[in-house]
Amino acid sequence: MSHALSLAVNGERITAQVSPRLHLADFLRETLGLTGTHLGCEHGVCGACTLRVNGEIVRSCLMLAIQAQDANVETIEGLSDSGEIADLQQAFEARNALQCGYCTPGMLITAQDLLLHHPSADRAAIRAHLSGNYCRCTGYHAIVDAIEATGRARMKKGA
Amino acid sequence: MKAAAFDFVRVKSLTEACDRLVDHAGAARLVAGGQSLLPAMNLRLISPEILIDIGGIAELRSISVEDHVLRIGCMTRHADLLCSPDIALHAPLLAEAIKEVAHPAIRNRGTIGGNLAHADPASELPACMLALEATIVAFGKQGERRIAAEDFFTGWYETALAEGEILSAVEIPLLAADQSCGFAEFARRSGDYAIAGLAARVSYEGNKIRAPRLAFFAVGDRPILAAHAAAALEAASPPYDEAALASVRAALAEDLSPQDDLQAAAGTRLYLAGILLGRVVAQMGDPRPLPRPVRASTS
Repeated sequence: MSHALSLAVNGERITAQVSPRLHLADFLRETLGLTGTHLGCEHGVCGACTLRVNGEIVRSCLMLAIQAQDANVETIEGLSDSGEIADLQQAFEARNALQCGYCTPGMLITAQDLLLHHPSADRAAIRAHLSGNYCRCTGYHAIVDAIEATGRARMKKGA
Repeated sequence: MKAAAFDFVRVKSLTEACDRLVDHAGAARLVAGGQSLLPAMNLRLISPEILIDIGGIAELRSISVEDHVLRIGCMTRHADLLCSPDIALHAPLLAEAIKEVAHPAIRNRGTIGGNLAHADPASELPACMLALEATIVAFGKQGERRIAAEDFFTGWYETALAEGEILSAVEIPLLAADQSCGFAEFARRSGDYAIAGLAARVSYEGNKIRAPRLAFFAVGDRPILAAHAAAALEAASPPYDEAALASVRAALAEDLSPQDDLQAAAGTRLYLAGILLGRVVAQMGDPRPLPRPVRASTS
């Protein structure tokens, strides 16, 4: 029960044969070796596997690889290499907004999703948008600080 | 965990989906956004032999206003409902409820059809359908069949859909100028399933509430219209203060017999339902946080 799959991952055209049961996160990690996408709960609760599909954030444990046919998938590797979130990554580092780092890729992608649409988001809006991303080191305060600081810096730069 | 092995087929029309459902009677599941189905499969709560993907049928993702009815196609995502001007104007209750449905990444894939057909009794949208007097459209080999929301949810994850039928759309009467709605729920964390929740719609005659529809969720095996409480609320007189609401809360015990579970005891749920009732009645009176519609022009 193998199906042909064709999609773009971080701008690169990929074709592969996949089993329907393979979810998108495992496809990226196991087949393509893109291990920046992390898997925590595998039932949509923790947010560690968050990535972008056609410009929107989704849970890659709750999307089958086969459902990504013709999609444009962007992982943390793509967002890092392009420099799109360099300022956000620097703010995370400066504010010690990562400890074990397991939740960090999902946090960064979710935060970038918010800042793209609402750079002036206040702390309550940041918390609401991140509410589906768990940090088991419980470093939420520093994470919110880093996102708020990045949003402010971008507003200033854009003004 | 990972889902057990299954086969997968992508269909191009509802007719084709029906045919496939019949071909694989009992062994197939439809997948739309997959945000309830895939967790259940990953946890091995269910292991269908084949998934029938209706995600590629573009015309199922639609919101339209026709003949004083808001029609929402089954593949319309939660994120679409949240930002739709038609929903904001004609069914603001839905926009308010969607904010409590899971998290942004889930709302980008989860669909209204999948949510309603899954029929989780703790889910927000089934209760909204009851409060708004929605009609569920079921597509089958014989064509379309219309089912009142009150008759659609029949038990824990059970609906009135027959074998081979597909929930293709919902139809919701446009909110009238004299109507108001309200929504509130209790959950331990933002985005969690509710411990108790209430979606409501009322009419106002001056400052007097008429024809209230109080749809509670997470307090039974399906969303429940609280008929006794609604009658008590209609009999009460404004202002709807604590004294006026006492009889309404008392009547709730006749409508609801909540379950005990790990989240909360039955008595706690009944108590919380009464608290929610007060909050939602306050929301629906002035000042109204949900935008009141401008009466649609009759042209």
